[in-house]
Amino acid sequence: MATSIKINVNSKIFPTKDKEDQTYAAIKALNLNISKGEFCSVIGPSGCGKTTLLNLIAGLDKDLKGEILFDGGKKLDDIRIAYMFQNSRLLPWLNVLENVEVVLSRDQKLKHRAKEILSVMGLEKFLKFYPNQLSGGMQRRVALARSYSSQPELFLLDEPFISLDEKMANKLREMLINLWTNEPTTIVFVTHDLREAIYLSDRIIFLSKAPSKVILDKKVNIRRPRKLEDKKIETLREEILKTTKDIFDGEEKNA
Amino acid sequence: MINNKLKSKKYLFLIKVLSFFALFLFWEIVSLISNQNTFPSIINVLKTLLIEISDGELFFHLGMTLYRVFISFIIAMLVGIFVGILMGNYRRFDAFLDSWNILFLNIPALVLIILSYIWFGLTEIAAIIAVSLNKIPNVIVTIREGAKSIDRNLLQVALIYKVSKTKKFFVFYLPQLYPYIIAAARGGIALIWKIVLVVELLGRSNGVGFKIHEFFQFFDIKSILAYTIAFVVVMIFLELFFLKPLENYARKWRI
Repeated sequence: MATSIKINVNSKIFPTKDKEDQTYAAIKALNLNISKGEFCSVIGPSGCGKTTLLNLIAGLDKDLKGEILFDGGKKLDDIRIAYMFQNSRLLPWLNVLENVEVVLSRDQKLKHRAKEILSVMGLEKFLKFYPNQLSGGMQRRVALARSYSSQPELFLLDEPFISLDEKMANKLREMLINLWTNEPTTIVFVTHDLREAIYLSDRIIFLSKAPSKVILDKKVNIRRPRKLEDKKIETLREEILKTTKDIFDGEEKNA
Repeated sequence: MINNKLKSKKYLFLIKVLSFFALFLFWEIVSLISNQNTFPSIINVLKTLLIEISDGELFFHLGMTLYRVFISFIIAMLVGIFVGILMGNYRRFDAFLDSWNILFLNIPALVLIILSYIWFGLTEIAAIIAVSLNKIPNVIVTIREGAKSIDRNLLQVALIYKVSKTKKFFVFYLPQLYPYIIAAARGGIALIWKIVLVVELLGRSNGVGFKIHEFFQFFDIKSILAYTIAFVVVMIFLELFFLKPLENYARKWRI
């Protein structure tokens, strides 16, 4: 059900808007292999091209030098993908249930997949509500339900819990982990919150400033199920920050 | 607070009713001091209206006019929405068709009607073409504006989940245009029925426009006013029982 990804981006260049002859390199020589069912977080300074990377993987942006392969050779068209954006991107004219069902195949609809996931997320009483009637946190939950109910082989998340209060964000993190534990899939999770990344992931990739490349590839060996207040999370966080002080500025450590 | 609001609402309604009666009164006074033939009393007009209704004439001509309004409206909306979407989405279409559209926007309705009758004969088709051509440029302008302000982020969702093309258009794209379509429909009906009368006056042998022409030959002001009242009432009903419900349906998710 899950897919592996082989990312070899030689360069991703944007034209600069005002000056036509100038360009801006967002990514350069970024090579990364993510294995089947892995929960992989990506951390980097703001503007380093994290979203650009996700858009390249998702095929929203096809203009790159290099290639991204799935399952050792499959094309993007052959795999099921889900993408959770910073804002929920629900269709305001569809109710909660319709918003989830709209991305499902007929087979998934017949199995009442949408209702099942929505009840797992505690939304069974809100099926007929429109997004405008829901709080920001609930909208995010619907978006998470939509993503997961499509049974993705690859699930991309772009700072999905940003601008939520900590309590709501923690609840959603827990929900995500539960879903992933029950139905494993490959996850690429972009964040700038190191604690969040450690709590969630098997592995954390640190990106440099633009043009971005991998500057640190860190495995998280804390046994699951993890607890948010687990001391090991804090210990690992401090260890990472100590050994690579400028990691958040995207400076490469001097070994 | 609420009580006050309710009170002021009642108060405003009262003003509306009063204004209606003031108009009625004003008319009656003018009618009293002027020639009854050129400025008949409303009472007489209503009497004429009853006679016209009872001998069935009025409904036939009203029906013919409504039929023309309906057909031209459908054609103008379909063509206008189609071209408007093309022009809003593709710059080349826009560049190519823009000057045509400006030209058609500025050709007087009367010229289009006369040319249409000359080229296509005094036929039903010529009449419909003339009316539609008068409305299409307006629809295009409104829909193009809507198509330019489409939220691409929502379309990306359709792309990610590999939603079929038809579903993408009808569920992700078209609902974003509903407010513009309704605005175009509103303005459309108002413009079209006025033009249909002129078209009938110039080259049809039935319909409200034709009848008004006939009454004009005999200076039968009472009948002209009777037909006008009947027609205005029908159009108001159309607004209340067709356009309003349509708008409410399209806006049901805006709480």
